Amino acid sequence: MSTVVDIRNLGVSFATDAGAVKAVDDVSLSVARGEVLAIVGESGSGKTVTAKTILGLLPETATTSGAVVLSNREGTRETDIINLSTHQLREVRGTDVAMVFQEPSTALNPVYTVGWQIMEGIRAHGDVSKKEARAKAIDILRRVGIPDPEERVDHYPHQFSGGQKQRVVIAMALVLDPGLIVADEPTTALDVTVQAEILDLLRKCRDEFGTAIVLITHNMGVVADLADRVAVMYEGNVVEQADVETLFSAPQADYTKALLAAVPYVGHGAASAVERVAARAAGWAELTPVVEARGLEISYPGRFGRPGFRAVDGVDFVIRPGEVLGLVGESGSGKTTIGRAIAGLTKVTGGSLQVLGAEMNGIRERNFRPLRSRLGFVFQDPASSFNPLLTIAECVAEPLIIHGRAKDANAARARVNELLEAVQLPRAYGDRYPHELSGGQRQRASLARALALEPELLIADEPTSALDVSVQARVLELFAELQREFGFASLFISHDLAVVDLLADRIGVLYRGSLVEEGTGAEVLGAPKHPYTQRLLASLPVPDPVAQAERRAELRRIREAG
Amino acid sequence: MSTLDTAPVSEGAPTAGRPKPKSQGGGFGRYLLVRFLLIFPTIFILVTLVFFLMRTTGDPITAAQGGRLGPEALAALREAAGYDRPLFIQYFEYLGQVATFNFGSTLTTNRPVIDVLFTYGPATFELVAYSLIVAFAVGIPLGRLAAYHRDKPQDAVFRVLAILWYAVPIFFAGLLLKLIFAVWLKWLPVAGRASVGAELQMQVLPNKTSIYTIDALMTGDPGVLGDVLAHAVLPAIALGLLTGGIFLRLVRTNVIGTLSTDYVDAARSRGVAESRLLRKHAYRPALIPIVTVIGLQIALLLSGAVLTETTFEWKGLGFILAEFLESRDFVAVQGIVVLLAVIVALTNFIVDIIAAFIDPRVRY
Amino acid sequence: MTAASATPVRRRPLRDRLPIVHQLRQSMGLQRGMLVAGLVMVAVFILCSIVAPLIAPYGFAQRKDESGSFGTQQPPSPEHLFGTTVGGYDVFSRVIWGTQTAILVIVIAVVLSIFIGVALGLFSGYFGGWLDRVLVVVCDAIYAFPSLLLAIVLSIVISQGQSNLWGGVLAAAGSITVVFIPQYFRVIRAETVRIKAEAFVESAKVLGASNSRIVFKHVFRNATRTLPLIITLNSSEAILTLAALGFLGFGIEPTAAAEWGYDLFKAQSDVTSGIWWTAFFPGAAIVFTVLGITLVGESLNDLADPRLRGRRRVAQASGEVAATSVVPGGTLTAGPGGLAGLEDGQSFDEHGIEVRR
Repeated sequence: MSTVVDIRNLGVSFATDAGAVKAVDDVSLSVARGEVLAIVGESGSGKTVTAKTILGLLPETATTSGAVVLSNREGTRETDIINLSTHQLREVRGTDVAMVFQEPSTALNPVYTVGWQIMEGIRAHGDVSKKEARAKAIDILRRVGIPDPEERVDHYPHQFSGGQKQRVVIAMALVLDPGLIVADEPTTALDVTVQAEILDLLRKCRDEFGTAIVLITHNMGVVADLADRVAVMYEGNVVEQADVETLFSAPQADYTKALLAAVPYVGHGAASAVERVAARAAGWAELTPVVEARGLEISYPGRFGRPGFRAVDGVDFVIRPGEVLGLVGESGSGKTTIGRAIAGLTKVTGGSLQVLGAEMNGIRERNFRPLRSRLGFVFQDPASSFNPLLTIAECVAEPLIIHGRAKDANAARARVNELLEAVQLPRAYGDRYPHELSGGQRQRASLARALALEPELLIADEPTSALDVSVQARVLELFAELQREFGFASLFISHDLAVVDLLADRIGVLYRGSLVEEGTGAEVLGAPKHPYTQRLLASLPVPDPVAQAERRAELRRIREAG
Repeated sequence: MSTLDTAPVSEGAPTAGRPKPKSQGGGFGRYLLVRFLLIFPTIFILVTLVFFLMRTTGDPITAAQGGRLGPEALAALREAAGYDRPLFIQYFEYLGQVATFNFGSTLTTNRPVIDVLFTYGPATFELVAYSLIVAFAVGIPLGRLAAYHRDKPQDAVFRVLAILWYAVPIFFAGLLLKLIFAVWLKWLPVAGRASVGAELQMQVLPNKTSIYTIDALMTGDPGVLGDVLAHAVLPAIALGLLTGGIFLRLVRTNVIGTLSTDYVDAARSRGVAESRLLRKHAYRPALIPIVTVIGLQIALLLSGAVLTETTFEWKGLGFILAEFLESRDFVAVQGIVVLLAVIVALTNFIVDIIAAFIDPRVRY
Repeated sequence: MTAASATPVRRRPLRDRLPIVHQLRQSMGLQRGMLVAGLVMVAVFILCSIVAPLIAPYGFAQRKDESGSFGTQQPPSPEHLFGTTVGGYDVFSRVIWGTQTAILVIVIAVVLSIFIGVALGLFSGYFGGWLDRVLVVVCDAIYAFPSLLLAIVLSIVISQGQSNLWGGVLAAAGSITVVFIPQYFRVIRAETVRIKAEAFVESAKVLGASNSRIVFKHVFRNATRTLPLIITLNSSEAILTLAALGFLGFGIEPTAAAEWGYDLFKAQSDVTSGIWWTAFFPGAAIVFTVLGITLVGESLNDLADPRLRGRRRVAQASGEVAATSVVPGGTLTAGPGGLAGLEDGQSFDEHGIEVRR
């Protein structure tokens, strides 16, 4: 077996505002023909930089050492990417190696048709007539599963859905039949059901086109689904390389073990949920719910007389004191809208929504404000959830000041210190500015602020989706601990079934504004009734190559059934 | 003068208040209609603003004849012109007039302002057209070069040039150009749109356009054409370089912005040549904000035209405006200002339509 | 908790918070050269206006001294370094005194328009509603209109073309103010609308903070960070507009104050007869000042936008290994001149490589 690419002692440094930074340090990797090598790592591990080096796509600020030897499909020519001239690089790109990008919506030029962009790649390598190139473009679009390619070839990128765009990007990579495709987080921007389809397509690339793939990802489920071999990167180094079964069954490096342990599994939360139910006092089920929605409807008004958009359409649910309701759904399902409506950030346009005894349909901010001290909110984006001009202590003290528990930030400092300790942040961090904290630390501080007034209800809107897996695990653990300690009721919103399963007593599945299924973790995840829940569950790749192969078969069955 | 709009994406251009191009629903026809309807509030606001501002200090007759006539004669004149009536009645009357393209008559020469437009408008149009040619010829290629060679010596030179062109007031640039090329070197004429002889030849044309380049072509005399073009060189350069400098910076920032996008990297990963990346992938998407901001520069160009025309005695709207200003004929000033407001609003509409045509997300 | 020592809130070092000083430290290469050159020119301009009485050999309205009348249109000589004008004034003295008029106009215009523009922008952007829509349409209309024409109309209104020092200065400053208000309004409003959607403002809302607290504590300070940049750009426009008004004869009479544009207006006919010094020196003064201010503004603009900021190259594979990651979609998401640009905590270079410290 020969190799398609052989990376030897690669080192990459960048010039930045902060001075020189080394992103990749002495990395050696090789990929065999028709093999899928997954490079796994968290943010800052250097995996994307390594991948971009294979195509010579690093910016001018980068300096490289070592060698990246690339062979063509036939194995008749070898080139060291690092020493190529711009012109030689151009010849290699597209024919010997191609790339699939993370964000399909930014990887396509919005002002040209997709056919134009595919044909451009064909005609950049060799003298091909427009007609021939067009025929090739249509053919490749058909092969990646775009319906009506004869017509769609003349469409602009914005006329395709996210998953279709990624198919087009893959078509562009495949069109010249390169021996190697570098796929940089190809499914991260996509919903889980679409992700499964794209992973199938990539598998087809390997099986039918015989293309080797370098798969860059942080998602262990994706690795288990697609990879033949895995390289784990950490802080610019490869800490472990193994074939996929060995890596998951017998990881060697400590970092790999920690990483695998941090990945949430669907089904692991059931036990703790049962425990919590057992611990509840008698008569709990009769308590007045903290939140109760009956036929809840939320619409956004349309512009210029266009009809509005109904984000939430007739949803019923209750959250009882001390209970965690997990809300799962893909983008556009209305899950965030529901969370915002409970917090009074979005207007309820129909039905009834009772929050802490107040009817939110038609409520005035003035009447809701006193209740706000009994409600906390944790936002998704740790980067923007703090005023960049205030210290963490000032931010955490804000609820105390607003509700008259403290005169100013200094007076509140004692309580702030307690809160920071409760979320396991050093006290001294109170003096830091938000940008001096990492994403995980900021989410902890965000929890501290939300819990400052010991609220009865906490809304957490995807609090961990911007975090790395290992950081996510620690934040989720902290959340569970705090929930036990403070006993608040919570609405936990996430797109990730496994995360919700870890924390929630009950799970609700949202699909296009409707609640299609609701029940305990065991009910919803163990024996899903609604076809959408079944598909969602089957689409979620599990971080175990053997189990994942079975799930894949299951998903195929569901798809064929309907 | 307007700000140097360099913001690469939308922050420099006023998007609020304009219909946001939306991909779903709507459609291009709807966008056109909504955008067209927005012209009217713009014109209405400016007409109202100018009318009330001009009247806060008194009526035009008093301003023009102030020291010269006695109070009784003045009052009689005011009554005759209707300036003694309540302000609001005058305002609605004026609105009605503007709606029928009647912008009033000048006090000094008692000509309808719309006539002034037809007499002097072509000259301004010609000047603006020539300077736009200079501005595009200078700004766009240099801006692309500067973006491509960013932070290298070529880039530094172009950028300093662009800033210098902006920093030199247009009338000072005009005076310097005049001094060097007309007075000292005597290569080009000092002022005016054509020499007397050429003007006479064009006067007698049966269907003259007052756009001298066209008229000169119609005379069929290459001498006349040469004369007209020679007169246009310095004003076009003075006004064109200022605008060109702004275009240069605009093109540079926006092309740098698009050069760092994923789709340029994606095209690069398909093996597309660097020159093509710049020409096709970076330039065309960058054009969308560029065209929008260029639309806003129309206002700047007209401000500049007023000054250029004064400097070169180029008998256009700006030149005649300055004369009316000097003779304190504020009815004429108001008429011309409102007229220009209408022209600006229409131009911006056309520019937005062009921008929409470049952007398929609006078209489909 | 007994050991509740309320530590005073630590601030970032002063040098990182002062607008211009921070950028100066951040800059490099050509950008630094441009910024330094601009700052020096602005300093010379300000210094001139302060010590004008000491450097200027004559008063701005002086036409004769003890040795008699200056004479008109005299070429540069040891007595009159830049010559004399058609009206018999000393060009050099008028150029120096002109700095005072220019500064006066800049300060009045910028201060007035900032106060009104920022207040309107904050209010309109935060509360929205019909008032916001009306203000946006009005400001867009004014913004799209040739500002010189508006300035002309306004100076007619304010001074009826009459021009003593304060009348002239106020007319110029006032007309520039009205032209600038829409610009400040638009920038502050856009920032306010953007910040309003940020999680930290929503978080304050969820906590039950009052509108005034949110506006002043959270929105105001974050929305006004780009002001230094706009101020520089507007200052140079203020000078150009003042000069343009002067050039059209709406300036300040030479006996009231020295104003460069008015001197150019009077020098127009001189040029045709080859007398260059009456036009050249006041014009050069305008160019010098505007160039200085624009260089500063341009550099601030570039430094605020991570994609335009200059970068250093590194030696072969050097430097500490640190956490780098590639931000999806490059820095377009950070937005031009956005928080990420001014905040040095998150620094992106133009390929979206983030360095966390």
